[in-house]
Parts: sequence; C-alpha cells; structure tokens
Amino acid sequence: MTMAAGEARGLRRVILGTTTTWLALFTLAPFLIVLAISLVESRFGVPPYEPLFAWSKGLWPVFNGTLANYATLLTDPLYLEAFGSSLRIAATSALITLTIAYPMAYAIARARAEWRFGLLMMIILPFWTSFLIRVYAWMELLNANGLINALLIKLGVIDAPLTLLNTEFAVHLGIVYSYLPFMVLPIYAVLERMDWTLLEAAQDLGAGPFSAFRRVTLPLSLPGIIAGLLLVFIPALGEFIIPDLLGGPGTLMLGHVLWTEFFNNHDWPLASALAVSLLVLVLTPAALLYRTLRRAEVTS
Amino acid sequence: MTGRRSIALVSMLGFGYAFLYLPIAILIVYSFNDSRLVTVWSHASLRWYGALLDNDQLLDAAWLSLRVAAVSATLSAALGTAAAFALQRLRPFFVARGYEALVMMPLIVPEVLIGLSLLLLFVVLGNTVGWPPERGAMTITLAHASFGAAYATVVIRARLSQLDPSLDEAAAILGATPWRTFRRVTLPLLMPAIAAGWLLSFTLSLDDVVVASFVTGPGASTLPIVVFSSVRLGVSPQINALATLIVAFVSCLILAATLMARRRSA
Repeated sequence: MTMAAGEARGLRRVILGTTTTWLALFTLAPFLIVLAISLVESRFGVPPYEPLFAWSKGLWPVFNGTLANYATLLTDPLYLEAFGSSLRIAATSALITLTIAYPMAYAIARARAEWRFGLLMMIILPFWTSFLIRVYAWMELLNANGLINALLIKLGVIDAPLTLLNTEFAVHLGIVYSYLPFMVLPIYAVLERMDWTLLEAAQDLGAGPFSAFRRVTLPLSLPGIIAGLLLVFIPALGEFIIPDLLGGPGTLMLGHVLWTEFFNNHDWPLASALAVSLLVLVLTPAALLYRTLRRAEVTS
Repeated sequence: MTGRRSIALVSMLGFGYAFLYLPIAILIVYSFNDSRLVTVWSHASLRWYGALLDNDQLLDAAWLSLRVAAVSATLSAALGTAAAFALQRLRPFFVARGYEALVMMPLIVPEVLIGLSLLLLFVVLGNTVGWPPERGAMTITLAHASFGAAYATVVIRARLSQLDPSLDEAAAILGATPWRTFRRVTLPLLMPAIAAGWLLSFTLSLDDVVVASFVTGPGASTLPIVVFSSVRLGVSPQINALATLIVAFVSCLILAATLMARRRSA
C-alpha cells in the first residue's frame, strides 16, 4: 500500500511537473518577454531593442523602461484607426455571420434526427480544411478578372469589372466565410437541447409564429448566440491572413499592423506593445465567453 | 411546422452550404484547367499537377511540413494528456484558476501574438543560454506543439470528465498499482480522445502560416509559408492544383477519422 502511495505521488509529480514546466516556459515566459520588450526603445543592432536593465553605471542596474511605445499607439492616428477599424470590422462581421448561421443552425436542429449528423459534419468539414486555401479561393473569385466579375459582365449587369478584391467588403466576406462554423455550432447546441413543446404551448396560448419565436426561441438560444458572436469576434480582432490577402493596403487591422511593424519596419518593441494591447482587448470578450460557456454547461 | 416555413428553412440551409462549398468547388474545377489564365476555361488537363511534381521547392516544403506536423502533434497529444489530468484529476492546489487560464491561453490569443512571443522567447534563450542555436524546423515544431497542446487538452479533458473514477478504484482494489491502472485502464479508455487531439494538432500545424513565419529561420520554409508567399503575388493555376491536393488529403483524413470514431462508439 505504501508502495502504491509512493507511486501515486511519483505519477502526480511527473504529470504536474511536465505541465507546469511547459506552461512556464512556453506560455508564461514568452508573454513576460513581450511585456518587457514593449517597455524599451528600439535600436539598430542585434537584437534590435535596448535592454530593460543596464549595468553600465555603478552597482545597481539602471531601469530603462519607458511607456513611449504605448504613448505612440495612443497618439498616432494610424494606430488609433487600426484599433477602431479592427473593432468595427470584427463586430460587423460577427453580426453578419449570425444572420447567416442562425437559420442554418435552426434548420439543422429541426431536421430529422438521422440527418443531423451528416448536416453537422458538412458544417465542420470546411473548418478542418486549410484556412489559407479557403481565403485564397475568394481571391480567385473576387479578382478583377475573377469569376464573379466575368459572370456579372456576361449577364449584362455591369460593363466594367467591379473592384471587389482589396476592399473592406472582401475582408468582411472572408471573416464571415472562415468563421461561419464557429457560429453555427454553439447555436445548434442550444437549439438541439431546447424543449420544442414550449413553442407549441406559446402558440396554443395565442402567440403568432413570429411572436412565439421572438419571445420563446430567441431568449432560449441567447447563450448560443453570445458564444457564437464571441467565437467570431475574438479571432477576427487579431486576424492577419484575411486582411493581408483580401483587404487592400487601406485596410488597417491590428494583426496586420503588428506584422508590418515586425517584418517590414523591424520595430520589435512597438510590435510587442501592439501585442500587449491586442491581448488586453481580447481579455474582456474572452472572459465573457468563458462565463457564457460555463453557465450553459451548468444549466444543461 | 408549416410548409412555407420549412421551404424557407431548407433554402436558407442550401444557400449556406453553397456559400461554404462553392468557392472550394470552383477552385478544384479550375485546377484542371489547361489555360494559364486562371479564369478562362480552355480544356481539361493535368498540366498543373505535372508542374507541381517538378517544383522541388514545394515538394521539400511539403515534406518538412509533414515531419513538423507529425512530431508536434505527438508532443501536443502527450502534453495535452498530462494537462488534462492535471486539470481534471489532480487539481493543483496552487493557482487552480490561473493554471486553467494558462492552459487555455493559446485558444483565445491572436496568432500574431503567439508567433511574436515565441520568437522573442527563442531569441532571448538563444542569447542567454545559447539554445536553440538556430531557428528552423525545431523551433517551428516546438511552437506548434505549444499551441496544439491547448487544443488537445480540451478534447482529452472532455473525455476524461466522462470517465467513471470508480473504474480506477476498482483497479486499485484488485491490486493494480497507480501506474498500472493508468496504463491498463485509463489510457485505453482515453485513446480515442488522444487520437482526436493528435489529429487536430496535426491539421492545425499543417495549416499554420503566421506562427511558423515568426519562429522560422533562414532555410526552413513549411508548405503554408511557401504557398502564402506565392499567393500574396496573385492567383496561379499551380497553387489551384496544390490546394486541390491539400483539400483532398485533409478531407480524406477527417472523414476516415470520423467514420472510425462513429463505428467504435456505435
């Protein structure tokens, strides 16, 4: 028995040790390093940033920290616009996704039980296939000589090709397309568990179909709607590939600005400050998402 | 449900699926187009697939991606299993909430932040302890393992929470040591979830552009990095052919896994 207890302790130690070491090294430490580098100035050299502490003078290290990078983010109109348009594009895309996803989730939840698995699989499958390729597929469609323009010209709707690619419209389209499964699944999950006799009861009591939907189905599916909105909003906020491939140079989104600061301007401290700001922006919706999912779990 | 409403619902569903599948379907059809112009159909041919076979850069990148994905998915599955146990069974007394938040962090944090933070970690480690000596396949693998582990944890933990702890007790009463119980009882029961976690990490690694672009060094380009840099210059028929192959490969993998999981649970 004591041997078993010793072994149990050993097993526990191995599991906790591995997990804790991994988390400390690959999640916590990288973030602390980003935070530290966001507090120093950039310079020419390798690495391209000043040390946070300098031992140049005297016994005590000199603290080099400055909030200059954050001040730049909060005063330069370019970055302010990036914050604004990221929030705006992520929010409107999430709402558009909702209007497409809700009827789909509803139809699947009301389909015959033996069809539901297949219908759901068809929602999930595109999510597993390459994200990059799905965005690329839209580049091909939206191009000036792309299929959509060719079709519209052939039908006589337009004479000259429309500019569809490299617009904010294309960015919205890309986000809606890429994250649609994230919206359908949580809404389906709440609708599938819903007691549909409540709807009949409402109608028996004289509610019309629209008012029964508005006063029974919609409130009951609210946790799914909120979870879905956040599941689209959160990744869209820091999205890089979609604005890069579908949005023009005029589309400013934080993920893209961070990439440009890092790869093109080699300003690591400013990129780090952007990363910290992005994390701060994501934290509130993430906490909200966690609470929504937790609550849905408890009530089910 | 009235007839008219169900027609409206079915057409919404049809529209939704068309929206999801048409862009990919068109891309696949046009990958068999002989014309150099992506949108002008001339006649069907396998010309661009042939061109792929001669493109050594792409083939090397594909081979590197597969190796990175296989190794990082295996690491992710192992770490995910450990983390799922830590969260579900052991509940470390220190910072229980913070622990969970750290495990789940990569799920909500934007990719650019994951990429930047891991790159800076490798740079700082390289400057202070001299490891890793260079960035490339090794650093991409570690980076992919670290975010893959978060996804694997979610899948494995969900399964672990459904397992009956009295099975472990029964094994202990029958004289099995904790390690033997873990190996002979818990692990086999968890295996489908561990496999699903592996597959999820594998496909995520195979698809990642952003994190790999940050943490890679000179000379190591994964397939998505090569595809991305070529796509940035515009559409090309050769990329259509490659995209078709990738979609076919991943779809087969996922369908096979789903059908297998379904048969086992049935």
